[in-house]
Amino acid sequence: MAKRLTPKQQKQRRTIVFSAIMGAGVVASGMMAYLPLHLRWEKLLRPPGALAEKDLLSSCIKCGQCVQVCPVEAIKLSDGEAGFGIGVPHIDARKQACDFSCDATQCVLACPTGALSHKIDKKEQVNMGLARLSRPDACLARQGQGFKGQARGPDYQGLHRYIKVDRWNPIKIADHPYDLELCDLCVRECPIKDAISMEPLTKDQAKDDPRRTPVVHDKCVGCGTCEMMCPVEKTAIVIDLNREGPKV
Amino acid sequence: MRGIGESFRVLLGGAPRKQKRDEFSKEAQEMHAFKGQPEQRKERIAKIREEMEEPKLSFTHTSFKWRKWRWASILLINLMFVVSFYYDVQLVEGALTASRFFGFHMADLNSALQITLAHKQIVVNLVIGTVTVGILWWLVGGRTFCSWACPYHLISEIAEMMHLWLASKTWIKDHPLDRRMRAVLYVVFAGLAFVTGYTVFESISPVGIVSRALIYGGGVALTWVGVLLFIEVFLIRRFWCRYVCPIGMTYGFLGTVSPVIVEYTLPDCLHEGECRKVCLVPHVLEMTKKNRAEDTTLSIGADCTRCGMCIEACPTGALNFKLRGTGGLL
Repeated sequence: MAKRLTPKQQKQRRTIVFSAIMGAGVVASGMMAYLPLHLRWEKLLRPPGALAEKDLLSSCIKCGQCVQVCPVEAIKLSDGEAGFGIGVPHIDARKQACDFSCDATQCVLACPTGALSHKIDKKEQVNMGLARLSRPDACLARQGQGFKGQARGPDYQGLHRYIKVDRWNPIKIADHPYDLELCDLCVRECPIKDAISMEPLTKDQAKDDPRRTPVVHDKCVGCGTCEMMCPVEKTAIVIDLNREGPKV
Repeated sequence: MRGIGESFRVLLGGAPRKQKRDEFSKEAQEMHAFKGQPEQRKERIAKIREEMEEPKLSFTHTSFKWRKWRWASILLINLMFVVSFYYDVQLVEGALTASRFFGFHMADLNSALQITLAHKQIVVNLVIGTVTVGILWWLVGGRTFCSWACPYHLISEIAEMMHLWLASKTWIKDHPLDRRMRAVLYVVFAGLAFVTGYTVFESISPVGIVSRALIYGGGVALTWVGVLLFIEVFLIRRFWCRYVCPIGMTYGFLGTVSPVIVEYTLPDCLHEGECRKVCLVPHVLEMTKKNRAEDTTLSIGADCTRCGMCIEACPTGALNFKLRGTGGLL
């Protein structure tokens, strides 16, 4: 027959069991943070230089130094719903894209761990994704339409650096209205040379036909400026994410 | 040296060991014998009675002489981060997990450990950052980080006051856990980081969550902090800081050999146990019990957060901050 436990031993045993339950609870809470990754895998645009998604999450120390240096405040840290991705930086390009106002990769320089790879120091080396005309039918240029007014309306808070207006400081897009015969905002404001261009819809298009289509070339780094500028709601051009990390 | 080994063992969750009388120093033996004399005992009890008559600031404290500096320190350190970002002055950029102090890398030891295990690469910046931070906190006491810098500690202290108040009304009671749990969790979280390749601990670290919330704005992650505080108020006194936090444990390792300590002087002690009542880690104050001190002056162990609450609570000044080996008062 098992030995009867003294009250003190019983109490000790209860404490150990309770501790085991609470400890398991803490570990389970930690592991629950895997669920967001498993279930829907947050589709987030990562800042310039970000390593491949899994490496980014493991190497990021969740400090937000990249957030602090960004002149247009494009970078935000993910919240609890990102699970293991909590505190990891992302960019909502439609709200505020990275337009390289910092003259390239301040966030990379700020990163203490190389989660934003230090192998990158020029904007042309960035590989966040690739722009794609997701709703060609909505594109104003493809309809031959112009654009007049504020690209994203009067209440839009997003910033963009217009070199001709102010070389050093980005200004509100709402403070820079346009009057364009043919809407080419995605091409006009693209910070990367030869990443996107306006082309005729077909080779044998009539000369007086104003319709054009934006064509994305492989120089595109996926910064999202075109997605931010696109004046139609919802945007006609989006970024397909690159989750493999930088090319270099 | 018994001190460091024992202090390390207690840090890992071991119960403080009672030493045999004949292993005590001669002075300590004499002091205990002196205190055991009938007239000395009577005098001691009379003194304690007298003490109990005196009004207290709270139901545990007779003074708050260190707390005001400590709270100011926590607020100042965290405010520096907030102000740096808010007003874009490049003072301390980043969060408590990692930052640049006037451009110089700083990294939290545990956060750096977690990502090194998860990512399996040694990053030079992190080495610089952890060595700097390690030396700084080693100089001032190791777990000094907890009580003088950690924003969660401050919130948790307020939760503890509520807990103690509720407990004084006997509406709730504390359910202490086994302290070995922290060492187990330390290994589990390190192992999980290594095996899964994710910094699992960071997703539930209230220190990182609160620090980022202060600087970049709060969000749903704060509900987890709310859950922890709920547990601390109603169920387990100082649940996170006492039984879970691997950050505290990492800084505790530094504390084993830190020059700044709280020192106990046996002759001044009336053994009324006020210090243990207020202490976050009362197991380090085991020697303040009657007939337990093996020497007339002893340094408090590594798990001590150098918060100074025991110093404030002690009515007879038997506990004081000291620099190890100098004998000089701080």
